Amino acid sequence: MITPTAARTMPERLRICVRLLLAAALLALVPLSAPAKTAMPLAADPVLEERLMTLATGLRCLVCQNQSLAESNAELAVDLRNEIREQMRRGASDRDVVDYLVARYGDFVLYRPPLKASTLLLWSGPAILLLLGLGFLVRTLRRRRAQITQIPLSAAARARAQELLGTGSAEEAS
Amino acid sequence: MIPELGHFALILALALALAQGVFPLIGAARGTLVWMHVGRTTALGQFLFIAIAFGTLTYAFVVNDFSLLYVASNSNSDLPLQFRIAAVWGSHEGSMLLWVLILAGWTVAITRFSHHMPEEFVARVLGVMGLVSAGFLAFLLFTSNPFLRLIPAPPEGRSLNPLLQDWGMLLHPPMLYMGYVGFSVAFAFAIAALLSGRLDTAWARWSRPWTTVAWVFLSLGVALGSLWAYYELGWGGWWFWDPVENASFIPWLAGTALIHSLAVTERRGAFKGWTVLLAISTFSLSLVGTFLVRSGVLTSVHAFATDPARGAFVLVFLGIVVGGALLLFASRAHRIGLGGSFDPVSRESMLLLNNVLLAVAAGSVLLGTLYPLVLDALGAGKVSVGRPYFEAVFIPLMTPAMFLIGVGPMAHWKKTSLPDLATRLRWAFAVGLVTALLVPFAMGGWSTPVSLGILLAAWIVTSSLAGLIERLRLSPVSGGILAKLGANSRSYYGMQLAHIGVAVFIAGATLVLGYESDKEVRMSVGDTIEVGGYNFRLDRISEVPGPNYIASRGDVSVTRDGRAVTTMFPEKRTYGDKKNPMTEAAIDWGFVRDLYVSFGERLDPNTWAVRIYHKPFVELIWVGWLMMSLGGLLAVFDRRYRVAVNKWHAPSSASLLLGAGAAGAR
Repeated sequence: MITPTAARTMPERLRICVRLLLAAALLALVPLSAPAKTAMPLAADPVLEERLMTLATGLRCLVCQNQSLAESNAELAVDLRNEIREQMRRGASDRDVVDYLVARYGDFVLYRPPLKASTLLLWSGPAILLLLGLGFLVRTLRRRRAQITQIPLSAAARARAQELLGTGSAEEAS
Repeated sequence: MIPELGHFALILALALALAQGVFPLIGAARGTLVWMHVGRTTALGQFLFIAIAFGTLTYAFVVNDFSLLYVASNSNSDLPLQFRIAAVWGSHEGSMLLWVLILAGWTVAITRFSHHMPEEFVARVLGVMGLVSAGFLAFLLFTSNPFLRLIPAPPEGRSLNPLLQDWGMLLHPPMLYMGYVGFSVAFAFAIAALLSGRLDTAWARWSRPWTTVAWVFLSLGVALGSLWAYYELGWGGWWFWDPVENASFIPWLAGTALIHSLAVTERRGAFKGWTVLLAISTFSLSLVGTFLVRSGVLTSVHAFATDPARGAFVLVFLGIVVGGALLLFASRAHRIGLGGSFDPVSRESMLLLNNVLLAVAAGSVLLGTLYPLVLDALGAGKVSVGRPYFEAVFIPLMTPAMFLIGVGPMAHWKKTSLPDLATRLRWAFAVGLVTALLVPFAMGGWSTPVSLGILLAAWIVTSSLAGLIERLRLSPVSGGILAKLGANSRSYYGMQLAHIGVAVFIAGATLVLGYESDKEVRMSVGDTIEVGGYNFRLDRISEVPGPNYIASRGDVSVTRDGRAVTTMFPEKRTYGDKKNPMTEAAIDWGFVRDLYVSFGERLDPNTWAVRIYHKPFVELIWVGWLMMSLGGLLAVFDRRYRVAVNKWHAPSSASLLLGAGAAGAR
């Protein structure tokens, strides 16, 4: 059993260790990177690229079998990424980009389908299923309770009777 | 000549399957022992002939017999031997043949391990399996014959999809099919029980080990598929909510509900109707899974075949199986007793809640998977349902189920008290909470989703341990701790192992989501980049010929704090005349972290786009699934499945009392 104090200090120690290791790693980088050069990020603007990729994971590559725009290297996907990158550089918001793509390719491009008449069942389906399931659960439990109370005995007497019967033939008591 | 022998063997197998589907069922209905015995012999014969058919097709692949259309379409002489064998199930026809081979294998296994069951029951089980098999064999012979000749034979075959040229292709489909088809046994047991009108605890006890074995195979199949996608597709993801993945995951969810429901039916005689329904649904969903992947209705990375006749056949077949089973169920429902009584707060009710959640999750994933197809078929527009939808639906449904993993095993059968449960679990919860608060800091930064995930994982572990400690403390066994540990059943340890496997899986999925780091850079020889505390240096790029491809291979040396860790060899492979080169990521596997290097495009002769990931604890995902599978396996070897199963023969058995008691209560 870990005492509370030990539990509190252990991860702190770990954190210090990790920091020390990181510092050592950074120090170690200096001589190593001296002869070699550090690889440049693929994207000219890594912040914008990050934003682009986050957005693109939720978008479908239209010509691929089932890949997101972020993962695919199909020609159309690369073109579309360039297009989005360009729009973002010009100051378009994520919303603008999505609107532009939907206007051009329809809802098919979105991995999160918008809520509209045709997708109402899709979005409400799980909730309906859950309600049905819970309804079934409550009904079953009620029915079982009714099954017990049908026996005209007080609760205490019934409990005692069940206790007495319990070990021998529990199933029969039902 | 040899393929014709295989074709002929398949026809004989169909005849035997029909015999197996008809005579034992009639024999069981009339009580004719001789007719019942037909099941055992035909099962063996059927297996033999399907094995011959499968063997001849494999032989055709091994010797590159391109006069067979199926071989010519899926293999060529450059393909290494192991992938020529895997190519047997690389497409629709061969995978259907594998399906029936495995079905026949399961059937023979039933004939071998059923001596403790009444002959009448075995006959019915074999009869149902025979009918299922006949359906699939007819499907094979009439719509998907792998033995069709191509005359004149082409000198060379087309290639197998390079994505499938991997060891994963040798293991993943057979495992998955073992699971899918294994649920046909649970289905056959349920139908046999409905036919005999004796849905009792004995039926549940016979059915349970078979169902668990099928579930173990399906779990391994799902996990292998995920692992394969992780290392082969080069995106570093492990689950994509792709329709094909969902096709295996939906039956898994239903099967998981089934093994829990069977536990209640076996131990307490309750939920009999529900268990039967789940057995029917799980097998039906396995059929749907096969259909989805193999009929070509999906546009996804795995689906290759397209033919409307096949679709129609499978839909009709599915209709007969599901419709027939449900009709039978409806006609017998009034004879199904309620079984042992229980309180609204009891282990039974918690298992029922777990079942509701799992069933709703399965239904929701099915809805999301089929919705675009149905909408498209109705001409109501094209939509894509992907990760954002499934995560929004699945995680909220599974969170309470994960919480229940901790509570359920601690609850008593019949009746349990919530305050008592809270008292017994308060330490488990406290330790789980502290862990959840501390782990994010230890890993390098606070994150609420990570903390919640770790809370669930830690809660499952601590509550499972609390249960074990309580068992040891209350154990009536005298002696040391080892004697007390040994007194618990294997199925108890199996359950614990599987539940902790769920926790390990959650921990892995959470940690990799929260703390993975990646960089996408342009690298020329000599360039270095730091990711997740590791330093990666591209030392050289060379052209390396493979058996049927040419690879551009990079040598990437990895150091940490100036010390060499490993050298990794990511590749970009060009197969024959294929235009797009395939990515073969290099992975340095480790328990604490994976390093993952994947080549992108070649930007100029000396420069590549390279994506490097540092994935902490990602392997816990598959370790967790392995633990779940091993847990299931351990439970199967419980002693009680081998003894005390002859109760059914005795008229004074508890099962009869149970039926009478339940009938009286109505």
